[in-house]
Amino acid sequence: MNEASKLPVNGTHSNNDIITGSFAVKVGLAQMLKGGVIMDVVTAEQARIAEEAGACAVMALERVPADIRKDGGVARMSDPRMIKEIIEAVTIPVMAKARIGHMVEAQILQALGVDYVDESEVLTPADEEHHINKHKFTVPFVCGARDLGEALRRIMEGAAMIRTKGEAGTGNIVEAVRHARTVNGAIRQVQNMDEDELFAFAKELRAPYALVKLTAELGRLPVVNFAAGGVATPADAALMMQLGVDGVFVGSGIFKSDNPEKRARAIVMAVTHYNDAQILAEISEDLGEPMVGINIDTLGDAERMAARGW
Amino acid sequence: MVTIGILALQGAFVEHEAMVRRLGAQAVQVRKPEQLADLDGLIIPGGESTTMGLVAERWGLVEPLRAWVRSGKPTWGTCAGMIMLADRATGQKEGGQTLLGGLDVTVNRNYFGRQNESFETWLRVPALGEAPIRAVFIRAPAIVAAGAGVEVLATVPGRGEDVIAAVRQGNILATAFHPELTDDLRWHALFLAMVENPVAVA
Repeated sequence: MNEASKLPVNGTHSNNDIITGSFAVKVGLAQMLKGGVIMDVVTAEQARIAEEAGACAVMALERVPADIRKDGGVARMSDPRMIKEIIEAVTIPVMAKARIGHMVEAQILQALGVDYVDESEVLTPADEEHHINKHKFTVPFVCGARDLGEALRRIMEGAAMIRTKGEAGTGNIVEAVRHARTVNGAIRQVQNMDEDELFAFAKELRAPYALVKLTAELGRLPVVNFAAGGVATPADAALMMQLGVDGVFVGSGIFKSDNPEKRARAIVMAVTHYNDAQILAEISEDLGEPMVGINIDTLGDAERMAARGW
Repeated sequence: MVTIGILALQGAFVEHEAMVRRLGAQAVQVRKPEQLADLDGLIIPGGESTTMGLVAERWGLVEPLRAWVRSGKPTWGTCAGMIMLADRATGQKEGGQTLLGGLDVTVNRNYFGRQNESFETWLRVPALGEAPIRAVFIRAPAIVAAGAGVEVLATVPGRGEDVIAAVRQGNILATAFHPELTDDLRWHALFLAMVENPVAVA
């Protein structure tokens, strides 16, 4: 499967035919992260723990979503000094979050040398209509999506990787499951449509026809698709893998639990062996208390991060 | 028909699987030691070499994989896989990382830098014919030193000098870039030819 080759290439040409920042190169890194776990970390020390546990990348941020929820107020891009310390601390890729629509935060993150920018609903949106034009960047972007239309709109804007939104900072997997199932269901629908129906369905999805058609041909999203938002246990991670995602983000779930090292390691193993119940049973044993969960029904509309993004 | 195992601990193993099948060979995912039996060749894919090393250790795969490579069975490592096959690596995480070894080279992890420096280019590879071959380098390593028994298949401009991007040594093939991310089947065809006609290794 070659996901990148059919998508528009907009790289920067330099001497010797060395092309950086092309779509193939952006999608390529996401392909290397597949079957892996990307962990939220707030210090260099946590980043080292995550790397040691087998994380395939870390997300550098000042506060994990559970704390953003608790503290309230405006959540912004993290302090560059902290991001630099984390980049220095580990050899695996480092991601960082910019607010939705905040292209300057993204420019700063690119200048810092982060490997992926997450245009994230976990932070307070900076623009209520426009997402960042991600084609203008060399650094690749990952974006959240609740359904196929939202995923394809983000890809149209240049996202090289998609993740479910879930409901971050709750330790509750229900929203991530809903988003994964919604995307999968729509993909199965488009696979059974003829051209006339695809035209109409693209309009309904508010997504470009070419990307809807490509999705139908591939039978999957045209870029790598991870689960995020509410993963707290190895079983949660394996559940998302069995629902067909390519890998898993874990936010508050690790460092808000009793034994982060052990839980991190167990979630990494669960993503490799997601189809082996015997192994899942073994690694789920004796992990200590998981993070305290929140029931989504008790959240007010303003507290729902997944609803951010358009 | 030959059967190729793809180490499926983490990374871009599905892409290799698809390319191997397109060439008419059988492909199976390998996650446990017992799955190494009955294979004719093994591909260690791209991904995060630290993650692969840790997962391999946890499930007792390191020694069986070392024994596999030592016995001269055909093995191909791409990017992270190349790092794992190297006898020596620099630029590793604190405390080092698990390597399988077997390939007499020194690899510099992330030689080409971070994602902003990831690139694609066209390589001239005499062993694969006239036409230049597209190569995608993702946070890629480079071979900075190679032993006498190592055949250099391709080089690429590095920091001020050319560095080695692809090598062959006995039945081991290693590439710093990702043929599985392109549509060109020539690297996979070369590996399958190595599997079908392995050289005798002392």
